[in-house]
Amino acid sequence: MLRGDLGAGTALAMRLVQQAAEVSGAERLIDISRAHVDSCLYHGEATLDFVQRLADGRARVRVPTTLNVGAVDLLHPELYRGDQAVAERGRLLMDRYRSLGARPTYTCAPYHLADARPARGEQVAWGESNAIAFCNSVLGARTNRYGDFLDVAAAITGRVPDAGLHRTEARRATLVLRLAPDVPPALRDADVLFAVLGIVLGRRAGSTVAAIDGLPPGQPEDRLKALAAAAASSGSVAMFHVVGSTPEASTLADALHHQPASAEELIGLDDLRSARGELSTAASREPLRAVSLGTPHASLAALGRYADMLEHRRVHPDIELLVSTGRDVLATADERGIAGRLRGAGAELLVDTCSYIAPILRPTGGTVMTDSAKWAWYAPGNIGARVIFGSSADCIDSAVSGRVVRDDAIWGVS
Amino acid sequence: MNPRALVLSEGLSLWGGMDPASGELIDAHHPQHGANLSGRVVVMPSGRGSSSSASVLAEAVRAGTAPAAIILGEPDLILSIGSAVAEELYGVVVPVLVLSPAERAVIKDGELVDLTMLASRPVRLGLD
Repeated sequence: MLRGDLGAGTALAMRLVQQAAEVSGAERLIDISRAHVDSCLYHGEATLDFVQRLADGRARVRVPTTLNVGAVDLLHPELYRGDQAVAERGRLLMDRYRSLGARPTYTCAPYHLADARPARGEQVAWGESNAIAFCNSVLGARTNRYGDFLDVAAAITGRVPDAGLHRTEARRATLVLRLAPDVPPALRDADVLFAVLGIVLGRRAGSTVAAIDGLPPGQPEDRLKALAAAAASSGSVAMFHVVGSTPEASTLADALHHQPASAEELIGLDDLRSARGELSTAASREPLRAVSLGTPHASLAALGRYADMLEHRRVHPDIELLVSTGRDVLATADERGIAGRLRGAGAELLVDTCSYIAPILRPTGGTVMTDSAKWAWYAPGNIGARVIFGSSADCIDSAVSGRVVRDDAIWGVS
Repeated sequence: MNPRALVLSEGLSLWGGMDPASGELIDAHHPQHGANLSGRVVVMPSGRGSSSSASVLAEAVRAGTAPAAIILGEPDLILSIGSAVAEELYGVVVPVLVLSPAERAVIKDGELVDLTMLASRPVRLGLD
Protein backbone atom coordinates (compact mmCIF):
# COMPACT_ATOMS: atom_id res chain seq x y z
CA MET A 1 0.00 0.00 0.00
CA LEU A 2 2.78 2.41 0.93
CA ARG A 3 4.56 1.87 -2.39
CA GLY A 4 1.48 3.07 -4.22
CA ASP A 5 0.66 -0.25 -5.91
CA LEU A 6 -2.97 0.39 -4.95
CA GLY A 7 -2.84 4.04 -6.02
CA ALA A 8 -1.57 7.27 -4.56
CA GLY A 9 -4.73 7.77 -2.47
CA THR A 10 -4.29 4.46 -0.65
CA ALA A 11 -0.58 5.20 -0.14
CA LEU A 12 -1.47 8.55 1.47
CA ALA A 13 -3.99 6.82 3.75
CA MET A 14 -1.37 4.25 4.73
CA ARG A 15 1.17 6.97 5.61
CA LEU A 16 -1.40 8.44 8.00
CA VAL A 17 -2.12 5.06 9.60
CA GLN A 18 1.63 4.53 10.06
CA GLN A 19 1.98 8.00 11.57
CA ALA A 20 -0.80 7.06 14.00
CA ALA A 21 0.96 3.82 14.89
CA GLU A 22 4.12 5.75 15.66
CA VAL A 23 2.37 8.32 17.88
CA SER A 24 0.42 5.64 19.74
CA GLY A 25 3.46 3.39 20.16
CA ALA A 26 1.83 0.41 18.41
CA GLU A 27 4.08 -2.44 17.33
CA ARG A 28 1.82 -3.68 14.57
CA LEU A 29 -1.30 -2.96 12.58
CA ILE A 30 -4.49 -5.02 12.78
CA ASP A 31 -7.38 -5.53 10.33
CA ILE A 32 -10.71 -3.84 10.86
CA SER A 33 -14.08 -5.07 9.57
CA ARG A 34 -15.94 -1.74 9.37
CA ALA A 35 -15.50 2.00 9.63
CA HIS A 36 -17.63 5.02 10.51
CA VAL A 37 -16.26 8.23 9.03
CA ASP A 38 -16.79 11.66 10.59
CA SER A 39 -14.58 13.57 8.11
CA CYS A 40 -17.57 14.44 5.90
CA LEU A 41 -18.47 17.54 7.96
CA TYR A 42 -17.10 20.67 6.27
CA HIS A 43 -14.49 22.57 8.32
CA GLY A 44 -13.04 24.70 5.53
CA GLU A 45 -11.41 24.12 2.15
CA ALA A 46 -8.66 21.91 3.59
CA THR A 47 -11.28 19.23 4.26
CA LEU A 48 -12.26 19.31 0.56
CA ASP A 49 -8.63 19.43 -0.59
CA PHE A 50 -7.96 16.25 1.40
CA VAL A 51 -10.82 14.17 0.02
CA GLN A 52 -10.01 15.45 -3.48
CA ARG A 53 -6.43 14.21 -3.04
CA LEU A 54 -7.78 10.79 -2.03
CA ALA A 55 -10.20 10.70 -4.98
CA ASP A 56 -7.53 11.84 -7.46
CA GLY A 57 -5.35 9.01 -6.12
CA ARG A 58 -8.18 6.54 -6.89
CA ALA A 59 -8.75 5.64 -3.23
CA ARG A 60 -11.77 3.49 -2.31
CA VAL A 61 -12.84 2.21 1.08
CA ARG A 62 -11.86 -1.45 1.63
CA VAL A 63 -14.37 -2.21 4.43
CA PRO A 64 -18.09 -1.42 4.80
CA THR A 65 -18.14 2.23 5.78
CA THR A 66 -20.91 4.47 7.11
CA LEU A 67 -20.81 8.28 7.02
CA ASN A 68 -21.45 10.69 9.88
CA VAL A 69 -23.50 13.88 9.65
CA GLY A 70 -22.56 16.60 7.20
CA ALA A 71 -23.34 20.31 7.04
CA VAL A 72 -26.72 20.08 5.26
CA ASP A 73 -29.87 17.99 5.21
CA LEU A 74 -29.68 16.64 1.66
CA LEU A 75 -33.29 15.44 1.79
CA HIS A 76 -34.72 18.71 3.18
CA PRO A 77 -32.29 21.39 1.93
CA GLU A 78 -34.88 24.15 2.46
CA LEU A 79 -34.25 23.85 6.23
CA TYR A 80 -30.78 25.44 5.83
CA ARG A 81 -30.89 29.13 6.77
CA GLY A 82 -27.21 30.05 6.33
CA ASP A 83 -24.93 31.13 3.48
CA GLN A 84 -25.79 29.06 0.39
CA ALA A 85 -22.16 29.12 -0.83
CA VAL A 86 -21.04 27.42 2.40
CA ALA A 87 -23.93 24.95 2.14
CA GLU A 88 -22.76 24.08 -1.36
CA ARG A 89 -19.21 23.30 -0.13
CA GLY A 90 -20.66 21.21 2.69
CA ARG A 91 -22.83 19.29 0.23
CA LEU A 92 -19.88 18.72 -2.10
CA LEU A 93 -17.81 17.26 0.76
CA MET A 94 -20.62 14.86 1.71
CA ASP A 95 -20.86 13.75 -1.91
CA ARG A 96 -17.08 13.27 -2.29
CA TYR A 97 -17.02 10.89 0.69
CA ARG A 98 -19.90 8.91 -0.77
CA SER A 99 -17.97 8.57 -4.02
CA LEU A 100 -15.08 6.88 -2.16
CA GLY A 101 -17.49 3.98 -1.72
CA ALA A 102 -18.88 4.86 1.71
CA ARG A 103 -22.58 4.38 2.36
CA PRO A 104 -24.44 7.73 2.47
CA THR A 105 -25.96 7.18 5.92
CA TYR A 106 -25.08 10.70 7.19
CA THR A 107 -25.90 9.82 10.78
CA CYS A 108 -24.13 10.21 14.11
CA ALA A 109 -25.94 7.07 15.32
CA PRO A 110 -24.71 4.33 12.93
CA TYR A 111 -25.49 1.81 15.68
CA HIS A 112 -29.19 2.21 14.79
CA LEU A 113 -28.55 0.51 11.43
CA ALA A 114 -28.93 -3.22 11.92
CA ASP A 115 -26.50 -4.10 9.13
CA ALA A 116 -23.86 -1.59 10.26
CA ARG A 117 -23.72 -2.64 13.92
CA PRO A 118 -20.53 -4.44 14.84
CA ALA A 119 -20.76 -7.54 17.01
CA ARG A 120 -19.11 -7.86 20.41
CA GLY A 121 -15.35 -8.14 20.06
CA GLU A 122 -15.29 -6.94 16.45
CA GLN A 123 -12.36 -4.62 15.59
CA VAL A 124 -13.60 -1.45 13.84
CA ALA A 125 -12.52 2.16 13.27
CA TRP A 126 -15.22 4.63 14.23
CA GLY A 127 -15.23 8.42 14.35
CA GLU A 128 -17.77 10.69 16.15
CA SER A 129 -17.41 10.83 19.93
CA ASN A 130 -20.85 9.52 20.91
CA ALA A 131 -20.63 6.64 18.43
CA ILE A 132 -17.15 5.70 19.67
CA ALA A 133 -18.31 5.56 23.30
CA PHE A 134 -21.44 3.60 22.32
CA CYS A 135 -19.49 1.17 20.15
CA ASN A 136 -17.02 0.24 22.89
CA SER A 137 -19.33 0.43 25.88
CA VAL A 138 -22.75 -0.73 24.70
CA LEU A 139 -21.88 -2.98 21.73
CA GLY A 140 -18.62 -4.30 23.13
CA ALA A 141 -16.98 -3.80 19.73
CA ARG A 142 -13.51 -2.27 19.71
CA THR A 143 -12.45 1.13 18.45
CA ASN A 144 -10.16 3.97 19.46
CA ARG A 145 -11.09 7.61 19.01
CA TYR A 146 -10.55 8.05 15.29
CA GLY A 147 -10.61 11.72 14.39
CA ASP A 148 -10.87 13.53 11.09
CA PHE A 149 -8.63 12.16 8.27
CA LEU A 150 -7.56 9.09 10.25
CA ASP A 151 -11.07 7.59 10.20
CA VAL A 152 -11.18 7.54 6.41
CA ALA A 153 -7.52 6.48 6.22
CA ALA A 154 -8.48 3.42 8.27
CA ALA A 155 -11.50 2.76 6.01
CA ILE A 156 -9.29 2.92 2.90
CA THR A 157 -6.47 0.75 4.25
CA GLY A 158 -8.63 -1.53 6.40
CA ARG A 159 -5.88 -1.28 9.02
CA VAL A 160 -5.37 0.47 12.36
CA PRO A 161 -2.59 0.51 14.96
CA ASP A 162 -2.89 -2.29 17.51
CA ALA A 163 -3.21 0.07 20.47
CA GLY A 164 -5.54 1.40 23.13
CA LEU A 165 -9.09 0.03 23.23
CA HIS A 166 -8.38 -2.48 20.47
CA ARG A 167 -6.48 -4.37 23.18
CA THR A 168 -8.27 -6.20 25.99
CA GLU A 169 -6.16 -4.80 28.84
CA ALA A 170 -7.07 -1.19 28.00
CA ARG A 171 -10.79 -1.95 28.34
CA ARG A 172 -10.53 -2.63 32.08
CA ALA A 173 -12.25 -0.13 34.37
CA THR A 174 -9.78 1.58 36.69
CA LEU A 175 -12.25 4.01 38.28
CA VAL A 176 -15.47 2.96 40.04
CA LEU A 177 -18.24 5.56 40.24
CA ARG A 178 -20.97 4.48 42.65
CA LEU A 179 -24.36 6.16 43.02
CA ALA A 180 -24.65 7.37 46.59
CA PRO A 181 -27.51 6.22 48.85
CA ASP A 182 -29.13 9.68 48.65
CA VAL A 183 -29.95 9.23 44.92
CA PRO A 184 -33.65 8.24 45.09
CA PRO A 185 -34.83 5.02 43.40
CA ALA A 186 -37.20 6.96 41.11
CA LEU A 187 -34.31 9.01 39.74
CA ARG A 188 -32.15 5.91 39.27
CA ASP A 189 -34.78 4.61 36.91
CA ALA A 190 -35.66 7.82 35.04
CA ASP A 191 -34.66 8.50 31.41
CA VAL A 192 -33.53 12.02 32.29
CA LEU A 193 -30.93 10.76 34.77
CA PHE A 194 -28.69 9.32 32.07
CA ALA A 195 -27.81 12.52 30.21
CA VAL A 196 -26.99 14.23 33.50
CA LEU A 197 -25.04 11.26 34.86
CA GLY A 198 -23.05 11.27 31.60
CA ILE A 199 -21.89 14.84 32.26
CA VAL A 200 -20.60 13.75 35.70
CA LEU A 201 -18.99 10.64 34.17
CA GLY A 202 -17.11 12.70 31.56
CA ARG A 203 -15.86 15.14 34.17
CA ARG A 204 -14.69 12.47 36.61
CA ALA A 205 -13.30 9.97 34.11
CA GLY A 206 -11.67 12.25 31.50
CA SER A 207 -10.16 9.66 29.18
CA THR A 208 -9.97 6.77 31.66
CA VAL A 209 -12.35 3.81 31.66
CA ALA A 210 -14.85 3.99 34.52
CA ALA A 211 -17.47 1.54 35.79
CA ILE A 212 -20.78 2.93 37.06
CA ASP A 213 -22.29 0.88 39.86
CA GLY A 214 -25.67 1.19 41.53
CA LEU A 215 -28.10 1.38 38.61
CA PRO A 216 -30.89 -1.17 38.10
CA PRO A 217 -29.60 -3.89 35.70
CA GLY A 218 -30.62 -4.25 32.05
CA GLN A 219 -30.79 -0.55 31.17
CA PRO A 220 -32.22 0.06 27.69
CA GLU A 221 -30.07 1.19 24.80
CA ASP A 222 -31.49 4.72 24.51
CA ARG A 223 -30.48 5.49 28.10
CA LEU A 224 -26.97 4.13 27.61
CA LYS A 225 -26.77 6.19 24.39
CA ALA A 226 -27.65 9.39 26.30
CA LEU A 227 -25.03 8.49 28.90
CA ALA A 228 -22.37 7.89 26.23
CA ALA A 229 -23.10 11.10 24.32
CA ALA A 230 -22.96 13.25 27.44
CA ALA A 231 -19.78 11.62 28.77
CA ALA A 232 -18.05 12.09 25.41
CA SER A 233 -19.01 15.79 25.50
CA SER A 234 -17.83 16.74 29.00
CA GLY A 235 -14.82 14.39 28.84
CA SER A 236 -12.78 12.40 26.31
CA VAL A 237 -14.64 9.23 27.29
CA ALA A 238 -14.24 6.49 24.68
CA MET A 239 -15.42 3.64 26.91
CA PHE A 240 -17.26 3.05 30.17
CA HIS A 241 -19.05 0.17 31.88
CA VAL A 242 -22.46 0.13 33.53
CA VAL A 243 -22.56 -2.83 35.89
CA GLY A 244 -25.41 -5.17 34.96
CA SER A 245 -26.14 -3.41 31.66
CA THR A 246 -23.11 -3.26 29.35
CA PRO A 247 -21.67 -6.43 27.81
CA GLU A 248 -18.24 -6.41 29.46
CA ALA A 249 -19.65 -5.67 32.93
CA SER A 250 -21.99 -8.50 33.99
CA THR A 251 -20.49 -7.87 37.40
CA LEU A 252 -18.27 -5.13 38.81
CA ALA A 253 -15.46 -7.69 39.07
CA ASP A 254 -15.76 -8.39 35.34
CA ALA A 255 -15.50 -4.68 34.52
CA LEU A 256 -12.38 -4.49 36.69
CA HIS A 257 -10.91 -7.63 35.04
CA HIS A 258 -10.79 -9.04 38.58
CA GLN A 259 -8.18 -6.50 39.65
CA PRO A 260 -8.46 -3.77 42.27
CA ALA A 261 -9.74 -0.35 41.14
CA SER A 262 -7.33 2.59 41.24
CA ALA A 263 -10.04 4.79 42.74
CA GLU A 264 -13.65 4.59 43.90
CA GLU A 265 -15.87 7.65 44.14
CA LEU A 266 -19.47 8.36 45.04
CA ILE A 267 -21.88 10.35 42.89
CA GLY A 268 -24.44 12.03 45.13
CA LEU A 269 -27.70 13.83 44.46
CA ASP A 270 -25.96 17.21 44.76
CA ASP A 271 -23.42 16.23 42.07
CA LEU A 272 -26.27 15.31 39.75
CA ARG A 273 -28.25 18.47 40.51
CA SER A 274 -25.24 20.63 39.84
CA ALA A 275 -24.49 18.87 36.51
CA ARG A 276 -28.15 19.32 35.57
CA GLY A 277 -27.89 23.02 36.43
CA GLU A 278 -24.78 23.40 34.29
CA LEU A 279 -26.67 22.22 31.22
CA SER A 280 -28.98 25.23 31.30
CA THR A 281 -27.51 28.57 30.28
CA ALA A 282 -30.84 30.41 30.18
CA ALA A 283 -33.37 31.14 32.92
CA SER A 284 -36.70 29.27 32.85
CA ARG A 285 -38.69 32.50 32.72
CA GLU A 286 -37.10 33.64 29.42
CA PRO A 287 -39.33 33.28 26.33
CA LEU A 288 -39.06 29.90 24.62
CA ARG A 289 -38.47 29.88 20.88
CA ALA A 290 -37.60 26.33 19.94
CA VAL A 291 -37.27 22.76 21.19
CA SER A 292 -34.56 20.54 19.73
CA LEU A 293 -34.75 16.76 20.20
CA GLY A 294 -32.78 13.89 18.68
CA THR A 295 -29.11 14.53 19.47
CA PRO A 296 -27.53 12.08 18.79
CA HIS A 297 -29.98 11.12 16.03
CA ALA A 298 -33.18 9.67 17.52
CA SER A 299 -33.81 5.94 17.41
CA LEU A 300 -37.08 4.56 16.05
CA ALA A 301 -38.12 3.85 19.66
CA ALA A 302 -37.41 7.46 20.67
CA LEU A 303 -39.40 8.82 17.71
CA GLY A 304 -42.28 6.59 18.81
CA ARG A 305 -42.09 7.96 22.36
CA TYR A 306 -42.12 11.55 21.10
CA ALA A 307 -45.12 10.77 18.88
CA ASP A 308 -46.95 9.18 21.82
CA MET A 309 -46.27 12.21 24.03
CA LEU A 310 -47.68 14.46 21.28
CA GLU A 311 -50.81 12.34 20.78
CA HIS A 312 -53.93 14.56 20.56
CA ARG A 313 -51.75 17.63 21.13
CA ARG A 314 -50.25 20.30 18.90
CA VAL A 315 -46.99 22.24 18.99
CA HIS A 316 -47.63 25.87 20.04
CA PRO A 317 -47.64 28.21 17.00
CA ASP A 318 -44.76 30.31 18.38
CA ILE A 319 -42.50 27.29 18.94
CA GLU A 320 -40.31 25.44 16.45
CA LEU A 321 -40.07 21.74 17.43
CA LEU A 322 -37.20 20.10 15.61
CA VAL A 323 -36.49 16.35 15.84
CA SER A 324 -33.24 15.06 14.33
CA THR A 325 -32.76 11.48 13.18
CA GLY A 326 -30.94 9.44 10.56
CA ARG A 327 -32.35 9.16 7.04
CA ASP A 328 -32.63 5.36 7.31
CA VAL A 329 -34.50 5.56 10.63
CA LEU A 330 -36.75 8.25 9.11
CA ALA A 331 -37.58 5.94 6.18
CA THR A 332 -38.77 3.26 8.64
CA ALA A 333 -40.61 5.86 10.73
CA ASP A 334 -42.35 7.04 7.57
CA GLU A 335 -43.43 3.48 6.70
CA ARG A 336 -44.80 2.90 10.16
CA GLY A 337 -46.69 6.19 10.32
CA ILE A 338 -44.58 7.52 13.20
CA ALA A 339 -43.12 10.37 11.15
CA GLY A 340 -46.61 11.31 9.95
CA ARG A 341 -47.87 11.51 13.53
CA LEU A 342 -44.94 13.76 14.48
CA ARG A 343 -45.41 16.06 11.49
CA GLY A 344 -49.16 16.10 12.05
CA ALA A 345 -48.59 17.45 15.56
CA GLY A 346 -46.40 20.23 14.16
CA ALA A 347 -42.89 18.78 14.55
CA GLU A 348 -40.21 19.25 11.88
CA LEU A 349 -37.93 16.29 11.08
CA LEU A 350 -34.27 16.89 10.27
CA VAL A 351 -31.83 14.31 8.84
CA ASP A 352 -28.19 14.15 7.64
CA THR A 353 -27.03 16.97 9.93
CA CYS A 354 -27.73 18.42 13.36
CA SER A 355 -29.25 21.67 14.57
CA TYR A 356 -26.20 22.58 16.68
CA ILE A 357 -23.67 22.43 13.83
CA ALA A 358 -25.72 24.01 11.04
CA PRO A 359 -27.91 27.13 10.78
CA ILE A 360 -31.29 25.42 10.93
CA LEU A 361 -33.24 27.05 13.78
CA ARG A 362 -35.23 30.20 13.05
CA PRO A 363 -33.14 33.20 14.10
CA THR A 364 -35.78 34.68 16.39
CA GLY A 365 -33.87 35.03 19.69
CA GLY A 366 -35.13 33.51 22.94
CA THR A 367 -34.12 30.20 24.40
CA VAL A 368 -34.04 26.65 23.08
CA MET A 369 -35.02 23.63 25.14
CA THR A 370 -33.48 20.19 24.66
CA ASP A 371 -33.45 16.74 26.25
CA SER A 372 -29.89 16.16 25.00
CA ALA A 373 -26.89 16.87 27.21
CA LYS A 374 -24.69 16.91 24.12
CA TRP A 375 -26.84 19.57 22.41
CA ALA A 376 -26.94 21.60 25.64
CA TRP A 377 -23.15 21.30 25.93
CA TYR A 378 -22.22 22.46 22.41
CA ALA A 379 -25.04 24.70 21.15
CA PRO A 380 -24.15 27.80 23.24
CA GLY A 381 -20.63 27.91 21.73
CA ASN A 382 -21.50 26.70 18.23
CA ILE A 383 -24.66 28.61 17.37
CA GLY A 384 -24.94 31.04 20.28
CA ALA A 385 -28.12 29.44 21.59
CA ARG A 386 -29.31 29.98 25.15
CA VAL A 387 -30.35 26.57 26.41
CA ILE A 388 -32.68 24.96 28.94
CA PHE A 389 -32.15 21.26 29.55
CA GLY A 390 -35.12 19.08 30.52
CA SER A 391 -36.51 15.57 30.24
CA SER A 392 -38.14 14.48 26.97
CA ALA A 393 -41.55 14.93 28.60
CA ASP A 394 -40.57 18.43 29.83
CA CYS A 395 -39.51 19.32 26.29
CA ILE A 396 -42.74 18.11 24.68
CA ASP A 397 -44.89 19.78 27.36
CA SER A 398 -42.98 23.03 26.79
CA ALA A 399 -43.32 22.79 22.99
CA VAL A 400 -47.08 22.39 23.39
CA SER A 401 -47.62 25.08 26.02
CA GLY A 402 -45.24 27.63 24.45
CA ARG A 403 -43.30 28.25 27.65
CA VAL A 404 -40.68 26.39 29.68
CA VAL A 405 -42.23 23.62 31.80
CA ARG A 406 -39.99 21.47 33.95
CA ASP A 407 -40.79 18.78 36.46
CA ASP A 408 -38.27 19.44 39.23
CA ALA A 409 -39.77 17.01 41.74
CA ILE A 410 -37.69 14.02 40.64
CA TRP A 411 -34.53 16.03 41.38
CA GLY A 412 -35.82 16.83 44.86
CA VAL A 413 -36.02 20.51 43.95
CA SER A 414 -39.20 22.25 45.06
CA MET B 1 13.76 34.13 12.07
CA ASN B 2 12.81 32.19 15.16
CA PRO B 3 9.16 32.24 16.21
CA ARG B 4 7.96 33.49 19.59
CA ALA B 5 6.32 31.30 22.21
CA LEU B 6 2.69 31.51 23.23
CA VAL B 7 2.41 29.62 26.50
CA LEU B 8 -1.19 28.59 27.24
CA SER B 9 -2.09 27.91 30.86
CA GLU B 10 -4.77 25.38 29.86
CA GLY B 11 -5.17 22.91 27.01
CA LEU B 12 -7.04 24.12 23.94
CA SER B 13 -9.24 22.23 21.51
CA LEU B 14 -8.55 23.86 18.15
CA TRP B 15 -12.09 22.95 17.07
CA GLY B 16 -14.22 25.61 18.71
CA GLY B 17 -11.03 27.12 20.14
CA MET B 18 -9.20 28.65 17.17
CA ASP B 19 -10.59 30.58 14.22
CA PRO B 20 -8.58 29.28 11.24
CA ALA B 21 -9.39 32.46 9.28
CA SER B 22 -7.57 34.70 11.76
CA GLY B 23 -5.58 32.42 14.08
CA GLU B 24 -7.43 33.91 17.04
CA LEU B 25 -8.14 31.95 20.22
CA ILE B 26 -11.95 32.04 20.32
CA ASP B 27 -12.81 29.66 23.18
CA ALA B 28 -14.63 32.03 25.55
CA HIS B 29 -13.93 29.71 28.52
CA HIS B 30 -10.15 29.78 27.93
CA PRO B 31 -8.12 32.17 30.12
CA GLN B 32 -6.16 33.43 27.09
CA HIS B 33 -9.26 34.11 24.99
CA GLY B 34 -8.38 36.69 22.32
CA ALA B 35 -4.69 35.70 21.92
CA ASN B 36 -3.46 34.90 18.40
CA LEU B 37 -1.83 31.53 17.65
CA SER B 38 -0.66 32.41 14.17
CA GLY B 39 3.10 31.94 13.67
CA ARG B 40 3.69 31.24 17.37
CA VAL B 41 5.21 28.22 19.10
CA VAL B 42 2.09 27.23 21.02
CA VAL B 43 2.96 25.53 24.30
CA MET B 44 0.13 23.79 26.19
CA PRO B 45 -0.39 20.82 28.50
CA SER B 46 -2.69 18.94 26.10
CA GLY B 47 -4.71 19.16 22.90
CA ARG B 48 -7.99 18.66 24.80
CA GLY B 49 -9.11 16.50 22.01
CA SER B 50 -12.08 17.23 19.81
CA SER B 51 -11.52 14.92 16.87
CA SER B 52 -12.24 17.79 14.46
CA SER B 53 -9.17 19.69 15.67
CA ALA B 54 -7.18 17.90 12.96
CA SER B 55 -9.31 19.59 10.30
CA VAL B 56 -8.95 22.99 11.96
CA LEU B 57 -5.15 22.66 12.06
CA ALA B 58 -5.00 21.66 8.37
CA GLU B 59 -7.34 24.52 7.46
CA ALA B 60 -5.18 26.98 9.43
CA VAL B 61 -2.10 25.80 7.51
CA ARG B 62 -3.98 26.32 4.23
CA ALA B 63 -5.08 29.79 5.33
CA GLY B 64 -1.56 30.70 6.51
CA THR B 65 -2.66 31.23 10.12
CA ALA B 66 -1.25 28.06 11.72
CA PRO B 67 1.10 28.04 14.71
CA ALA B 68 4.82 27.62 13.85
CA ALA B 69 4.90 24.57 16.12
CA ILE B 70 2.84 22.96 18.87
CA ILE B 71 4.49 21.74 22.08
CA LEU B 72 2.45 19.45 24.33
CA GLY B 73 2.82 17.61 27.60
CA GLU B 74 1.46 14.36 26.19
CA PRO B 75 1.21 12.77 22.71
CA ASP B 76 -1.85 13.90 20.76
CA LEU B 77 -2.89 11.70 17.87
CA ILE B 78 -5.43 14.21 16.54
CA LEU B 79 -3.02 17.14 16.21
CA SER B 80 -0.30 14.88 14.84
CA ILE B 81 -2.62 13.65 12.08
CA GLY B 82 -3.74 17.21 11.32
CA SER B 83 -0.11 18.20 10.95
CA ALA B 84 0.66 15.20 8.73
CA VAL B 85 -2.27 15.98 6.43
CA ALA B 86 -1.28 19.64 6.17
CA GLU B 87 2.22 18.61 5.15
CA GLU B 88 0.82 16.22 2.52
CA LEU B 89 -1.53 18.84 1.09
CA TYR B 90 0.43 22.06 1.39
CA GLY B 91 4.06 21.06 2.03
CA VAL B 92 4.17 23.02 5.29
CA VAL B 93 5.46 21.30 8.44
CA VAL B 94 3.96 22.28 11.79
CA PRO B 95 6.04 20.20 14.21
CA VAL B 96 4.03 18.64 17.06
CA LEU B 97 6.40 17.91 19.95
CA VAL B 98 6.09 16.39 23.40
CA LEU B 99 8.18 17.88 26.22
CA SER B 100 8.33 17.16 29.94
CA PRO B 101 6.95 19.81 32.34
CA ALA B 102 10.53 20.80 33.22
CA GLU B 103 11.46 21.24 29.55
CA ARG B 104 8.29 23.20 28.89
CA ALA B 105 8.89 25.44 31.90
CA VAL B 106 12.09 26.75 30.26
CA ILE B 107 10.01 28.23 27.42
CA LYS B 108 8.74 31.65 28.48
CA ASP B 109 5.73 33.33 26.94
CA GLY B 110 6.69 35.87 24.28
CA GLU B 111 10.33 34.74 24.01
CA LEU B 112 12.01 33.52 20.82
CA VAL B 113 12.21 29.73 20.48
CA ASP B 114 14.90 27.89 18.51
CA LEU B 115 13.04 24.77 17.42
CA THR B 116 16.20 23.00 16.28
CA MET B 117 17.64 23.25 19.80
CA LEU B 118 14.75 21.52 21.57
CA ALA B 119 16.01 18.36 23.22
CA SER B 120 12.75 16.53 22.78
CA ARG B 121 10.91 13.42 21.89
CA PRO B 122 9.35 14.58 18.67
CA VAL B 123 5.89 13.23 18.01
CA ARG B 124 6.39 14.40 14.51
CA LEU B 125 8.82 16.71 12.77
CA GLY B 126 8.03 15.69 9.22
CA LEU B 127 7.05 12.64 7.24
CA ASP B 128 10.50 11.65 5.96
